Amino acid sequence: MTHLHDDKIKELEEKAAQIRKDTIESVINAKSGHIAGPLDMADIFTLMYFHVLKHDPKNPDWPERDRLVLSNGHICPVQYATLAHAGYFPVSELKTLRQLGTRLQGHPHRTALPGLETTSGPLGSGLSQSVGMAIAARMDGLHSYIFCLMSDGEHQAGQTWEAVMLAGREKLWNLVAIMDRNNIQIDGMTEDILPLEPIREKYEAFNWHVIEANGHDFGEMHSAIEQAKVIHEKPTMIIAHTIAGQGVEFMERKFPWHSKAFKPEEAKQALHELRTLGGKIKSEHE
Amino acid sequence: MDLHNLIEIKAIVINPKAKLVENILELEKLEQVPTRNGYGEGLVEVGKKNPNVVVLCADLTESTRSEAFRKEFPERFVEMGVAEQNMASVASGMNAMGKIPYISSYAMFSPGRNWEQLRTTVCYNERHVIVGGAHAGVSVGPDGATHQAIEDIAITRVIANMTVVVPCDQHEARKATIVVADLEGPVYLRFAREKTPVFTTFDTPFEVGKAEILFETKGKPDVAIIACGPLVHNAILAAAELEKNGIKVRVINNHTVKPMDEKTIVQAAYDAGAFVTVEEHQINGGMGSAVAEVITRNFPVPIEFIGVQNRFGESGSPNELIKHFGMAPEHIVKAAKKAIRRK
Repeated sequence: MTHLHDDKIKELEEKAAQIRKDTIESVINAKSGHIAGPLDMADIFTLMYFHVLKHDPKNPDWPERDRLVLSNGHICPVQYATLAHAGYFPVSELKTLRQLGTRLQGHPHRTALPGLETTSGPLGSGLSQSVGMAIAARMDGLHSYIFCLMSDGEHQAGQTWEAVMLAGREKLWNLVAIMDRNNIQIDGMTEDILPLEPIREKYEAFNWHVIEANGHDFGEMHSAIEQAKVIHEKPTMIIAHTIAGQGVEFMERKFPWHSKAFKPEEAKQALHELRTLGGKIKSEHE
Repeated sequence: MDLHNLIEIKAIVINPKAKLVENILELEKLEQVPTRNGYGEGLVEVGKKNPNVVVLCADLTESTRSEAFRKEFPERFVEMGVAEQNMASVASGMNAMGKIPYISSYAMFSPGRNWEQLRTTVCYNERHVIVGGAHAGVSVGPDGATHQAIEDIAITRVIANMTVVVPCDQHEARKATIVVADLEGPVYLRFAREKTPVFTTFDTPFEVGKAEILFETKGKPDVAIIACGPLVHNAILAAAELEKNGIKVRVINNHTVKPMDEKTIVQAAYDAGAFVTVEEHQINGGMGSAVAEVITRNFPVPIEFIGVQNRFGESGSPNELIKHFGMAPEHIVKAAKKAIRRK
């Protein structure tokens, strides 16, 4: 198992900060769209596209690539920002988010934009598609990993558990799911709305290998993914504990920010916080 | 009906190009096989032709006739359990990797229960997945309304880009199952549970999107009967009866509800000036509605709709139910006369 060097971690942190900034700017520009989830998943997206995934932005259909399926499509602003930084399309295109004629649809549409593995938005179907990909890959002896990024809230959807059950039966070693465990959903906290806990034990009962990690710690997440790849008898669920709205203090852990639009002064403050990020990045504007 | 007269009529009016069975009007002499059997046979054939074909089934392997494929190609068959929503999206994922998945269940559950998964992860996502819906229509029989899908044509044809095919008998079901593997995008194939007359042959032409004229009077028809599914045979029986009464009829097997063969349908409206549509489905949103959409834009004529009239099904024998819901030959005859009067 390889560990991430400090230099690499620093590089990923800086990339994640840029991606957070571009994510927020694109949502501000669009005047609508989800923001808490994209912010808390910025670190994981950065880790995936800038270190973990076997992929080629110049050849998005490369058959041997790893697949990253975004199940909770509403957090697509961060996927768009990440794909742009990875080289799938120009960063300048981020400002077209949610506008008529854009390739950056309000929820991701596979055929509109290179780099997307599926169309998603309605919750609970991404894991099923990932299971299908994993089964098909195994039939063909293809050594690609299928990564499925999911929300915690979509574990309230029955279809998720249909897929969990099938993946467990099929012992899909090539399937790695990552849950954004930020504890919030539109109407409040998950444990108040429809409790998910004990979520780890639920997955274990369905014959999955489960790892818990700090979703904002690149080293920890990287180790979890490396471990998942060497588990050959089971699919793996990585429960990534994250802070909703991570990086913007007034948004952190606040469920109303699941899909709330910014007021102008809030937008300014959010961007300021992200730009400085505890002094790690020099502010562009004062 | 007077058998002697019918045979005499047959010689004049059955379209020879359709290559139908000889004794098409003699119900008791026709072989009776469920259309779902044609699906099962087609799966095995297309599986042999195309190594990318896979079959997924939601705990109904025997009754959807997916069993033969499972036996022939166990490594390409995935048992899904009672999980139709998962099945639709798993199929989407398998197509993403180059497979051509056929997903088998009862129409009530697929495309019924998994409609949104089909819409988002298959249709909008532009995946080539074939939905095989068995046990459609009230002729499911004793199981009752919970298992009698009579809304499935409406909910599939309304989705952009979805192809919808309703085979009329075992042969057509087999042909349809095979050829749709070579199409692009999502496909719905609708099958019935009950044994129904096998009246087409191996040689009957079948092309997705091409309606076939099966019965054609010499001269200008007074009415055209547009039918799909096993009820096409009832439409032919009704046409023979109408012919006996001096009413000239064209019967069209409109197996592809979407994309519809607009040319053949509009030509029939122009030639006949009155329509009867026949389907084992709600008249709201079904094949008849689709026909109405086509001709009101092109050449409006009066239409009478044979089908389930805004009700749920119920238990009974298949034949009793077809009569009870007004889809027997005598109902089609009556509707044809009414359509002609409305000209």
